[in-house]
Amino acid sequence: MSMIDMLITIFSGTLIYATPLIFTALGGVFSERSGVVNIALEGLMVIGAFTAAVVTIWTGERMGISPALAPWLGVLAAMVAGMLFALLHAFASIDLRADQVVSGVALNFLAAGVAMFMVKKLFEGAGQTTTVQHAFSKFAIPGLSSIPLIGPGFFNVYALTYLAIILVAISWYVLYKTPFGLRLRAVGEHPAAADTVGVNVRRMRYMAVIISGGLAGIGGSALSIAISSSFQHATVSGHGFMALAAMIFGKWHPSGALGAALFFGFATALGVSGQVLGLTAYVPSELLNALPYLLTILALAGVVGRAEAPAANGKPYQKGSR
Amino acid sequence: MNNSTSRWNAFLVPVIAVVLGILFGAVLMLLMGYDPILGYNLIFQGIFGSEYFLGETLRAVTPLIFAGLAVAFAFRTGLFNIGVEGQFIIGQLAAAWVGMSWDLPPGLHALAAVMVAMISSGLYAGFAGWLKARLGVHEVITTIMLNYIALFSANYIIRNFLKGQGERTADILPSASLTSEFLRTMFDGARVNWGLIIALILALVVWFLLWKTTRGYELRAVGFNPHASEYAGMNVKQNIILSMVISGMLAGAGGAADTLGVYGYMNISAGFTGIGFDGIAVALIGTNHPFGVILGALLFGGLSFGADNMQRVEGIPTESIRIVISMIIYFVAASAIVQSVLGYLRRRREVQAK
Repeated sequence: MSMIDMLITIFSGTLIYATPLIFTALGGVFSERSGVVNIALEGLMVIGAFTAAVVTIWTGERMGISPALAPWLGVLAAMVAGMLFALLHAFASIDLRADQVVSGVALNFLAAGVAMFMVKKLFEGAGQTTTVQHAFSKFAIPGLSSIPLIGPGFFNVYALTYLAIILVAISWYVLYKTPFGLRLRAVGEHPAAADTVGVNVRRMRYMAVIISGGLAGIGGSALSIAISSSFQHATVSGHGFMALAAMIFGKWHPSGALGAALFFGFATALGVSGQVLGLTAYVPSELLNALPYLLTILALAGVVGRAEAPAANGKPYQKGSR
Repeated sequence: MNNSTSRWNAFLVPVIAVVLGILFGAVLMLLMGYDPILGYNLIFQGIFGSEYFLGETLRAVTPLIFAGLAVAFAFRTGLFNIGVEGQFIIGQLAAAWVGMSWDLPPGLHALAAVMVAMISSGLYAGFAGWLKARLGVHEVITTIMLNYIALFSANYIIRNFLKGQGERTADILPSASLTSEFLRTMFDGARVNWGLIIALILALVVWFLLWKTTRGYELRAVGFNPHASEYAGMNVKQNIILSMVISGMLAGAGGAADTLGVYGYMNISAGFTGIGFDGIAVALIGTNHPFGVILGALLFGGLSFGADNMQRVEGIPTESIRIVISMIIYFVAASAIVQSVLGYLRRRREVQAK
């Protein structure tokens, strides 16, 4: 394999494997910036991945909707399902003032249970969905993708990848340049102060958690109808936790989350294509697989330093309390 | 609210959460077109239907007690150890290595294997504690990362150094085995083993350590309020590391019991067993108390094992029980729901008393 081909494999692999993490980590940023710890990201991705696979199969293969449209309906459904599922977390965390970590753990279990239950119910007892026939295929941007090296490396990935990167910019704008974002961050830093100036803490937090559900749902769909094309119990297996790590690694900031997700994507791409790249001749494949996780620990310990969470993160707000 | 009521509530909340969760499961089965009474009946039979089933249920409960204790211990000291999964793997691996390659008399060999497993997992978890104490890296992230690292390195070590026939280690020597002829005959050939006894002893040890020793008091104090503890002269950093080490040791003992008591070898595996994650559920249902963990593990392990029977006989997916368990945790978290049920019951009783 030539040097150029290796670089192309690594570049596009980085972007592709980062895609689900970017969406989900952005979701985490919204939720935790508003003061609600969201360890349920894993479960939200499971719900999204499941919904996307089922809806794409249903619309594309059974209802005969055009193959170009079906996966987008899958993404849309995944987003809505994630938002609805996130309501459970919002209700427990905001209205019932539950321990947010415990509620998140519960929802992770619930999502896995519900999704696999429904798979067995819908696919005659099978442990996985059928293969999604009309899953996303890679989309080469006309013109740009014919630039040597950069074209096939960066401009021949899934449409969802471009969407993810656009959403990073939008999230940054919303969080840092709009009144909505200012209020959202305010209720995560000092809810009592925000309340005094007339910000509805409960409503802001609800919206943030619902947005995070929608984003994590889309992140899940990237796993089941783009990177792979079916849903089974191991489709998500830890991506939500990786996204959580990316969010903390990225210091609760959209562009930081993007950077961390790309970093994980890069390490995963190295691990996955180690065989193709000929790396396994020098390094055992198990080490390559462990690489993203090792590098994360090293990076957190050495380079990034202490990350400060939003001040009111994880603390339920009760009107009138100090 | 006086002290005895709050204690009573600490016990009642999970109990009512369990009842609500089971009712939720019944409604779910009904909505999905299954017969909930038949479903729960099959679960019941799947647990108590024969000595063998009961013994296998206890075999399934055993690792959950270890994992639940490990998570609960960390929670009590203010840490969230999601890394029990990985520490369990390290324990399995260390026990397999000692079990197959050391040469010691029966009994002592098993003990040595469990000890080495506990120490290895303790150090492994302690690393996450050290990272938190010294460098301020959040233990949730490091322990998640360490899970994957444990999985992949265990596979590497088995493949290259401990390989037996097939995708697994060689068998451990009989002298390192934790199988019990006594328990095996009592439960008609089920694989319940000394691991269960070790788990129960460790639960007692954890209880004693946390509530009857000065060090335990310090550990809980640091978990409750690190700043106040520091002000009171406690070494917060040291306690964080110690807590992770002990939590890891509990997980490691579980891994050892699994290798030495149930299988006699360790597999190369593509993914996680899920025991560490289930341990989080067990700890939460058991309100992070060692005795509660035993009950939580019995409930979780029992329902999950019995659910196989339900799926086998009636085709009701085992996942319905995962849903029940998740709802139990949700109700424990949202204890406000349970509290309001309790309040309602209490008011009714008062009305009736009048």
